[in-house]
Amino acid sequence: MRVLVMMSGGVDSSVAAALLRDDGHEVVGTTLKLWGGESDSGCCSVSDVDDARRVADRLGIDHHTFNFSEAFDSNVVDPYVADHARNRTPNPCIECNRHVKFDAVDERARLLGFDAVATGHHARIVTRPDGTLRVARGADRAKDQSYVVHVLDQARLARTLFPIGHLAKAEVREIATRMGLRTASKPDSQDVCFITRAQGRGSFLGDRIPLTPGRVVDVEGTRVGEVPAIELVTVGQRRGLGLPGGTDPRYVLDVDPATSTVTVGSKDDLLVSSQRVEDLMWSAEAVTGTVEVQCSAHGRTAPAVVERGDGDGTTATVRWVRPQRRVAPGQSMVFYEGDSVAGGARSC
Amino acid sequence: MRPEAVAAVSEVNAVAFGNPSGAHRWARAARRLLDDARDVVAEAVGARPSEVVFTSGGTEADNLAIRGVAGATGLRPLCTAVEHHAVIRPVEASGGALVAVAPDGTVDLDALRAELANGPAGVVSVMLANNETGTLNDLAVVAETIAETSPGTVLHTDAVAAAAWLDLPARCAPASLVTVSGHKVGGPKGIGALVVRDGTPFEATLLGGGQEHERRSGTQNVAGAVGFAAALRATVSEREATVARVETMRQRLVRAAREAVPGLVVVSPDEPDRRTAGTVLFGVPGVAREALVFMLDRAGVGASWGSSCASGATEPSHVLAAVGIDRAVAEGALRISLGWCSTDAEVDHFIAVLPGVIADLRREVA
Repeated sequence: MRVLVMMSGGVDSSVAAALLRDDGHEVVGTTLKLWGGESDSGCCSVSDVDDARRVADRLGIDHHTFNFSEAFDSNVVDPYVADHARNRTPNPCIECNRHVKFDAVDERARLLGFDAVATGHHARIVTRPDGTLRVARGADRAKDQSYVVHVLDQARLARTLFPIGHLAKAEVREIATRMGLRTASKPDSQDVCFITRAQGRGSFLGDRIPLTPGRVVDVEGTRVGEVPAIELVTVGQRRGLGLPGGTDPRYVLDVDPATSTVTVGSKDDLLVSSQRVEDLMWSAEAVTGTVEVQCSAHGRTAPAVVERGDGDGTTATVRWVRPQRRVAPGQSMVFYEGDSVAGGARSC
Repeated sequence: MRPEAVAAVSEVNAVAFGNPSGAHRWARAARRLLDDARDVVAEAVGARPSEVVFTSGGTEADNLAIRGVAGATGLRPLCTAVEHHAVIRPVEASGGALVAVAPDGTVDLDALRAELANGPAGVVSVMLANNETGTLNDLAVVAETIAETSPGTVLHTDAVAAAAWLDLPARCAPASLVTVSGHKVGGPKGIGALVVRDGTPFEATLLGGGQEHERRSGTQNVAGAVGFAAALRATVSEREATVARVETMRQRLVRAAREAVPGLVVVSPDEPDRRTAGTVLFGVPGVAREALVFMLDRAGVGASWGSSCASGATEPSHVLAAVGIDRAVAEGALRISLGWCSTDAEVDHFIAVLPGVIADLRREVA
């Protein structure tokens, strides 16, 4: 097959490219220029492109840099900012996978005559007895990235390869070391690539939208504190609210932009029996039975039933088997059956 | 590289390892080679040898011209909006301003007059030939406009993209400062020169041992300078023949591309006296430039787009934006360069593969 492998300059995608080559595929590496602004996470930096190119040289495969910064701005960064402006909690990595890596880049790959695209995600693609495909958890459960790539539908799954999904991270590094790849001991990247560690999310958003100071009240409506920006407050959040200690932990139950009010309460106050969701998608057929729902990249799962809403099928209600903490609006909820992804949605 | 340059570089590296600033015989041998190279560059550009400052390339020479005059005069620099970034960036960093270009890509003289009337300027930088489109500026008219409006202001020209094609002594005479670069004339990379004509207000930016008449400190790249000179000498002596040969190839290439690619826009001027022979910029609507260059690369054609950033990603061309080229056309920008070593067979190959590549890229992806 002709495979376009997206090489970030990290160890996982380096080894992904190496394994594809060793499997006899015709492999071309590409590094995506996604973010044109400031960054200190290492992503999109010239030195990362250098690392990717040097690894490609070492493997004897061609390497090209593609500029997808416009698609990234309009599909990832702008919505990230807009979501915060309306007090939603976006996951930019998921949106990047949904709109850029497995859409715009995949389309470019098809245009250039590639049969498949590949990345270094810790996830697998499995075939079900009925012939349909699903994303499944990576073999290294601690590094599993099936949550952020859950957006792939059948057509995309059929054209996607995750060559290192069956390996533990330690094995990936071992292979890189054995092959003499310069990225073998490069640290993992973790943060949102376009937010600098030095300046942080508040500064990034403050440069782009007005931040609104708000008051913090308890469930009785008594004022207990204030926050400099309600846009930075997330449902379920416990720290960073500037509340005096000495009480039981208090969590954010709700953020009301209309009155700039943050309501806090006990852990139990957060519990809900169901959660409305939108942007519902299934890998193949909708699952009517119980699924395990995961609400963050490496979070625990909890059982629930997804009840389809009225209308066009993109809304639903997730009914928890046991009450669960409320999920912040905008957050992605991924539905698993065993180790494989059946679908996903975003909390309303 | 031109064989003359390859031979010169190898020979100098093998035999003349002395530091040209030293006092011993090996130093003198290197110094002699450097001085000879300076004579050749001076003659090729139309300057006195003492006016030639060797630099590490075109970018350093452009920076030196802008910052050198700004430092000496304390006045802001100006340049056209289609200059190479090696001019635009130092102009912006020195508090200068960009001057608009006319739709034909040449400097807008009214805009230049207006900007000069806006406040004093130390240097105005107007490139002789644009590196993306090949479009020429008439420096005599530019110099005249400056002299009428702001008599003390000097003219710099980046002649990097023009050097292989034009009679530099005639074309660059109106400019007080001229940038040339080695690798654009078949010489080595990492060598260039700035001509600073006598009487030009100028202050060095690299300080140190005072080499290059106190205008650019640092031990000189002797092999680079000699290779550059060898390439320039060959370029000048073969120029007329090269221009005639390449012009024929270019016209054939453009004609074939126009016939083969529906909607193709030729951004470079048609008339030979308004552009260099070797550079042609196309716009291919409906095609992404990165995809186009990728496919041509696989087909054995080394093409280019507007300009590259350090990571190797393409950036939309500031030149096409300044000229007012439609975004859909600029998106599919494709730059083809022909030179002294281009052959008819290469042009044939390009003409043969282009239609298929474009058709592939324009097809609807199922």
